[in-house]
Amino acid sequence: MLQFRLLGAFLFFSATVTAQPTHAIGNIFKPLATPAELVSELSILTLVICAAVFLVVAALLAYAVIRFGYREGDSRSEPPQVYGSNQVEIAWTVVPILIVFVLAMSTARITSAVQDQRIPKDAVNVTVIGHQWWWEFRYPDLKIITANELHVPLSTASQRKLTYLTLLSADVAHGFWVPQLAGKTDVIPNRTNRMWIDPKEAGVYLGNCSEYCGTQHAKMELRVVVDTPENFEKWVAQEQQRAPAAESADNQRAFLRSGCIACHTVTGTPALGRLGPDLTHLMSRETIAATEVPMNANTLRDWIKDPQRLKPGNKMPTIKLSDTQLDQMVAYLTTLQ
Amino acid sequence: MASVPYPLDKGRGAAAKRAYSWTRFAHEWVLTVDHKQLGLMYIIIALLFFVASGLQAAVIRAQLMYPDNHLVSPQAFNRMFTMHGTTMVFFVGMPFIAGLANYLIPLMIGARDMAFPRLNALGFWLTLFGGILLYSSYFAWAGMAGQGSAPDVGWFAYAPLTEKAFSPGTSTDFWILSIIMSSTGSTITAINVLATALCLRTEGMTLARMPLFVWMFCVVAFQILVALPPLTAAQVMLLLDRFLGAHFFDTRASGDAVLWQHFFWLFGHPEVYILMIPGFASVTEIIPVFSRKPIFGRAAMIGASVSIGLISLGVWAHHMYTVGLPSKANIFFAVSTMLVGVPTGIKIFNWTATMWGGRIRFQTPMLFCIAFLFQFLIAGLTGIMLAVAPFDWQLGDSYFVVAHFHYTLIGGLLCTLFAAVYYWFPKATGKMLSERLGKWHFWLLMIGFHVTFDPLHFAGLLGMPRRIYTYPPGRGWEGFNYFASWGVVIQAAGIAFFVWNVVDSLWRGRKAGNDPWDAWTLEWSTTSPPPEYNFAVAPIVRSSRPLWDLKHPEDPDWKYEQS
Repeated sequence: MLQFRLLGAFLFFSATVTAQPTHAIGNIFKPLATPAELVSELSILTLVICAAVFLVVAALLAYAVIRFGYREGDSRSEPPQVYGSNQVEIAWTVVPILIVFVLAMSTARITSAVQDQRIPKDAVNVTVIGHQWWWEFRYPDLKIITANELHVPLSTASQRKLTYLTLLSADVAHGFWVPQLAGKTDVIPNRTNRMWIDPKEAGVYLGNCSEYCGTQHAKMELRVVVDTPENFEKWVAQEQQRAPAAESADNQRAFLRSGCIACHTVTGTPALGRLGPDLTHLMSRETIAATEVPMNANTLRDWIKDPQRLKPGNKMPTIKLSDTQLDQMVAYLTTLQ
Repeated sequence: MASVPYPLDKGRGAAAKRAYSWTRFAHEWVLTVDHKQLGLMYIIIALLFFVASGLQAAVIRAQLMYPDNHLVSPQAFNRMFTMHGTTMVFFVGMPFIAGLANYLIPLMIGARDMAFPRLNALGFWLTLFGGILLYSSYFAWAGMAGQGSAPDVGWFAYAPLTEKAFSPGTSTDFWILSIIMSSTGSTITAINVLATALCLRTEGMTLARMPLFVWMFCVVAFQILVALPPLTAAQVMLLLDRFLGAHFFDTRASGDAVLWQHFFWLFGHPEVYILMIPGFASVTEIIPVFSRKPIFGRAAMIGASVSIGLISLGVWAHHMYTVGLPSKANIFFAVSTMLVGVPTGIKIFNWTATMWGGRIRFQTPMLFCIAFLFQFLIAGLTGIMLAVAPFDWQLGDSYFVVAHFHYTLIGGLLCTLFAAVYYWFPKATGKMLSERLGKWHFWLLMIGFHVTFDPLHFAGLLGMPRRIYTYPPGRGWEGFNYFASWGVVIQAAGIAFFVWNVVDSLWRGRKAGNDPWDAWTLEWSTTSPPPEYNFAVAPIVRSSRPLWDLKHPEDPDWKYEQS
């Protein structure tokens, strides 16, 4: 069983790219955006240097251990007493300093290449807000607010498109980490951090919160959906619309009267809460509650019925609802495309 | 030929055969200010906390064995890794090194006791009660998750998660107070070590002739004196935040979350060396004896230790590459961190050169030293990878880091501590540990260690963040976690052999005699266990290997040593 899983994991690396591939395995040596590529290059250089050092030193150690081990029949007398040698000491001080010099220079180059990148005017601006235990994404220029799935445009060789992230936190420290796009940057309250990406392959990229942030740190998954320019425009147009008019007033009433609106927003309705994710286009998202559970009427119903079952300790309270109320509410929410 | 400067001590063991009574028990275990007794008590509590903390690690690995596993609740899991980290650093590592220092430094420098015996006892009891306080949090009410029990903020307890708003209840307060207590204990030990080594050396033992073990502990003591006050200060600030509404780290009232990180790592990084250098110190005594050669490049070893001590005070922000420091700051800390690799490299080369041309005896202490050399080499190199700031943006806070520091602390530190136990156990108890059980212990622990921690490097490279209580299938992490969890079983078996070995050897172990390893430092000149006040006659020393001089009057070391 396990072997199959392992095999599966390895096959996954070599799987051919389909129309909307899911980059579920965040292999840092398979970068698909410039910051991750720069880091990966430097990482491979570092790995090669470290491997070389390891081979040389481990070989010396192994030789010493094998060659100079005491064997039955060896003389019991003490070996020659050697106290040291200044020349040798100097040699193994200078060589490591040279290696450090090479590594330091490369580190400096890549560090500033990533951190001090100029951001072009046409970059897509996104404000990422970490919450205990979900992500809010605001597009200030496009007037979009969404949650847990970050949509960004593809950057191609002919049409380079940067996405510029401003990282804020609503409560405690979190970490934004999607390994194939860029290294992690902490999301710290009272502090504005910034990072940029230019994804080079369409698809869904998975990442996680990387800084321990409390009970449900594990289920604070990040999904970055990289759209082709046309798809991104479609998505923007869709998200900019207000919520569709309610098909059934009863269903909408069930939602509005159940207390959900204290924390959630649906534009164009009295629901204006800001503590939880914006639900205006709830059904456009693929999963529920920053987890891997797919979004559909059934899972949504289970989630609303008892949010503490899927994600124990999360901040969404369990509200006592009758089956009818639940059905009505789910019927309403599933219209929020 | 020089006359024998002092007699090999025949001891006063007969005095120990008094009738046992409660008052004697109290004198031996509660009121004692004897450095050897306190040293052993430190090591005993370290081993007890080691078992407790090891069980917590076992729960962590059991939970992570399969994806979407629900053996324990998220809250319980978070408590496990917080308690595991806090215990291992403050109540296993620190007491263990304090125990080694207390037991061995006076013996090695020919002194009767530590400089401040009563202060010494205070340090021990502060550490022990700190640990008891931490564990009593399990019986307290309302943790962060709104239910009873232990702290769950992680061992570095990043602000503002520790503020009242996010961690109501008392568990975090238990954490703060227990650490203040134990760090006060450690600071006391550091003062005592420095005073002892500087003031109580026996006649003829210049600093140049002082054993490297003591030299390295002086470096550690210096680091403790510099590094622990920032931690204690930060803990006091956090207490003020929590109880008096101060705003040091309370971000909701304009406090600074990153300030806590600076304070914590200003302690936290030197702390890594505070734990490691005592390991180096033990290895530096053991490798020469088992290779039958003096340490290669004594002066270089001292220089390297002192430079590690100094450089390590300027590397703390390599834990903070991801908090958004300016690129120039990141580059500075990357370079300073890589520079620590140079003196560390010098040490590894010197240990290798000590073995080179020797006649290495593969007894258990030496086996642990050899394993340490290989594993610490790997830990050091993964450390260099983490020092490269951009590489750390990917590796930091992932399982790669977890694998790296467990390589340092188990593959490195724990191996050296076991080497030290096997090496000095005969001195402390008068009994030898069994070589046969020792080899079982060694091989099982090492195999288990590699099965656990080698795969975790790869989970980290595939994006697995640390401190997650579970993970979904399909992220490529399952196999690595599965193997890692089985490794724990093998490690536990190894530790069981160690416990068996200790119990069995105490009961019916072979008599050790004064000097079972044919060693060269002063502690081997007195009886095993040494009598009260250690030496019948204060020894006089003429070189860094006084017992070599004694055993080889035709070719003494002092002929070759300057000064």
